Amino acid sequence: MRHGKYPFVIGFLFAPVTLYVVFVIAPYAQAFQISMTNWRGLSAPQWVGFDNYRRLLDDGRFWQAVQHHGVLLLALPLITIAIALFFAFLLNVGGRSVGGQRQGVRGAKFYRVVFFFPQVLAVAIIAVLFQMVYRPNESGLINGVLMKIGLDPVLFLIRPNLALWSIIAVLVWQAVGFYVVLFSAGMASIPGEIYEAAEMDGASKVMLFFRVTLPLLWDTLQVAWVYLGIAAFDAFAIVAVLSVDSGGPDGATTVLAVEIYRNAFVYSKYGYASAMGVALFFLTLTFAALTLRLTKRESVEY
Amino acid sequence: MSNTPETPTPLSRRTLLGRTAAAGLLATPVVGLLGACATSGSDEGSNTKAEEGTKSATNPLGAAEDAPLEVVIFNGGYGEKYATDVHEPLYKKAFPKAEIKHQSTQAVSTVLQPRFASGNPPEFVNNSGEKLIDFGSLVADGQLMDLTELWDAPSVDDPGKKVRDTVVPGTVEAGSFNGKPYVLYYVSTVFGVWYSGKLFKENGWAPAKDWSEFTALLDKIKAKGITPYGYAGANAAYYQWNVILTHAAKIGGTDVLKNIDNLEDGAWQQDAVKQAAQAWAEIGAKYVDKSFEGLKHTDVQLRQNQYKLAFYPSGDWLEGEQKKDTPAGFDYQLMPVPSLSGSDKLPGTAVRATAGEGYFVSAKSKNPRGGLEYMRQMLSVAGAKGFTEVVKAPTVVTAGSQGFAFPPGVASSQAALAAAGKDVFNLYFDGWYKELDTEARTATNELMFGRIKADAFVERIQKRADAIKKDSSVAKFTR
Repeated sequence: MRHGKYPFVIGFLFAPVTLYVVFVIAPYAQAFQISMTNWRGLSAPQWVGFDNYRRLLDDGRFWQAVQHHGVLLLALPLITIAIALFFAFLLNVGGRSVGGQRQGVRGAKFYRVVFFFPQVLAVAIIAVLFQMVYRPNESGLINGVLMKIGLDPVLFLIRPNLALWSIIAVLVWQAVGFYVVLFSAGMASIPGEIYEAAEMDGASKVMLFFRVTLPLLWDTLQVAWVYLGIAAFDAFAIVAVLSVDSGGPDGATTVLAVEIYRNAFVYSKYGYASAMGVALFFLTLTFAALTLRLTKRESVEY
Repeated sequence: MSNTPETPTPLSRRTLLGRTAAAGLLATPVVGLLGACATSGSDEGSNTKAEEGTKSATNPLGAAEDAPLEVVIFNGGYGEKYATDVHEPLYKKAFPKAEIKHQSTQAVSTVLQPRFASGNPPEFVNNSGEKLIDFGSLVADGQLMDLTELWDAPSVDDPGKKVRDTVVPGTVEAGSFNGKPYVLYYVSTVFGVWYSGKLFKENGWAPAKDWSEFTALLDKIKAKGITPYGYAGANAAYYQWNVILTHAAKIGGTDVLKNIDNLEDGAWQQDAVKQAAQAWAEIGAKYVDKSFEGLKHTDVQLRQNQYKLAFYPSGDWLEGEQKKDTPAGFDYQLMPVPSLSGSDKLPGTAVRATAGEGYFVSAKSKNPRGGLEYMRQMLSVAGAKGFTEVVKAPTVVTAGSQGFAFPPGVASSQAALAAAGKDVFNLYFDGWYKELDTEARTATNELMFGRIKADAFVERIQKRADAIKKDSSVAKFTR
């Protein structure tokens, strides 16, 4: 077996590694290179060293975007996981028990499909859909009803304090379905006997959830947390299409990807935009590293 | 290596790579080579020699008669029919052997930016719309053909007349950067505040000339249950900064705008700008519907067509853009921005007017002289007449719109332009410095929807203007 092992391995690795280098590694490396230039996207760039990074430090919009990622990083996973867990619990073990086996609430199979709908829609469509939902006048889905019953319209995307939360609500709405399915799969693998035993000991549904489901689902939860954390660093499409004045009002909903897009494709400052991209790269990397460490510790405890 | 004289690229790809390697930032040479692909094109791509023909009386710009010409048209408010049905046949008639490759797009930069980066741009481009390529960057990178030769060439219709003498004054300047013409702005555009002639006639309202008349009128409209004034904050806030700056120019004279364009210190903090901002902030607080900040321009324009909104600021492309939604008899009319007081430097009839809709020829394309000749054909009377007939908008060619019966809106804006006489002005900073445009838009929403006062408005835009002035990576322009 030893003879010819290396040519064999290399033969298999060559194509994927080349593709990976050309389409993933090279663009990353190139972003680092471009971030050190004042490239305008048209002709050859000029080297400017760390000027772009120095400029980042005083860029209020950049820090505003970073701050929003902080909010997203906390709010998006927490809210999404909480809601998804609740729904998954109801769908799988929330109903009565039949023949010693816990069942979901009535119509659980139907709900499972409905929850998954948002995941099937393209992100841009969701954004356009929510433009209609949030529209600030009588033709908006929410405000139309409010105005019919004589209330003032809520300016969802316009009030600076409300705008980011309106965006987060859309992100949560879109994500929940997938995590309901993910958690359902996790719950399905929890042996029914454990529930049965707990029930015989007189555990209520709330107790079942906190004492049985949650601890046994811990690994799936960690996966969800990492996925949602990465999603919190993106949010580009929703913000770009949905928000007022792309990322407004006055930057109240902006995220790094929107600023990168603006600097590159509106201001033609590809160098500066790449510097932001590099910053985003390190932010994501830091998050990933931190999460992996925490995950490791948890699994040791188990 | 490069046959274009104006390539400001002191740093070639090779030296850049050398320095990159020296800095030790990229670990392996392979990555460095790969990394250079996307940014290196322009010096490599332009070593193909530009096509040239022999100059003659019918071909004064020396276009190569059989060279293909690629035409890219922004398919927006004016569509692409004027190019395929009018201008391209004209070029074809002059050069039957030339092949025209027509392409239209709604996202100019998405389609063309890679073409420029790889050194293979199309000859003729209609650079317009939300996704236009920043003109300032194109000029700074030497991508645009100098149009001096075109403007000095004899015109198609009268060889005794230069092309520059057949267009409305200010056309060449509108497309000039630091005194050199690079862009052809083709459509004559007048800005103002629009209303429905029908709505006003039915209610016995007359357009206002000064500020007290204006606010009194807005009160009357409000009492009628119609939103008196509004613009779309979600994506068209520049329609409103345009009104504020037009007002500022009327109050303090046209130098106010010149100072802003030239990034003079404190230009935005001039008294005239502050007064105008203050006046319009009050309009915003009293007469604008708060929900407009979340609406797009199409939504707000539709509300005006439904007689739910009285005044809407825009350029005179508005009537054509709304053609499908405008009810019969709506009768678009333009009102110049009313004067603030008797001490204004310019009369109430003064308007901002300019040539709009930019076209350029790529200096690094294969057949740039063909592009220039295409422009010369566009600027012929036949080209201009044909354009006006197709899109119902006047061009910069003086003889092109004579005798044409414009629809009511454009007729009223042409009348306003005539009434303004010599008090016509323009501003340029938004085309030169996109960042300043963005800041002005954001600040305008903050001002008009009551989150900041006039002082803060001028201060924050000034701050951004100062930052741009100091930013060595941004090419500067003056007029």
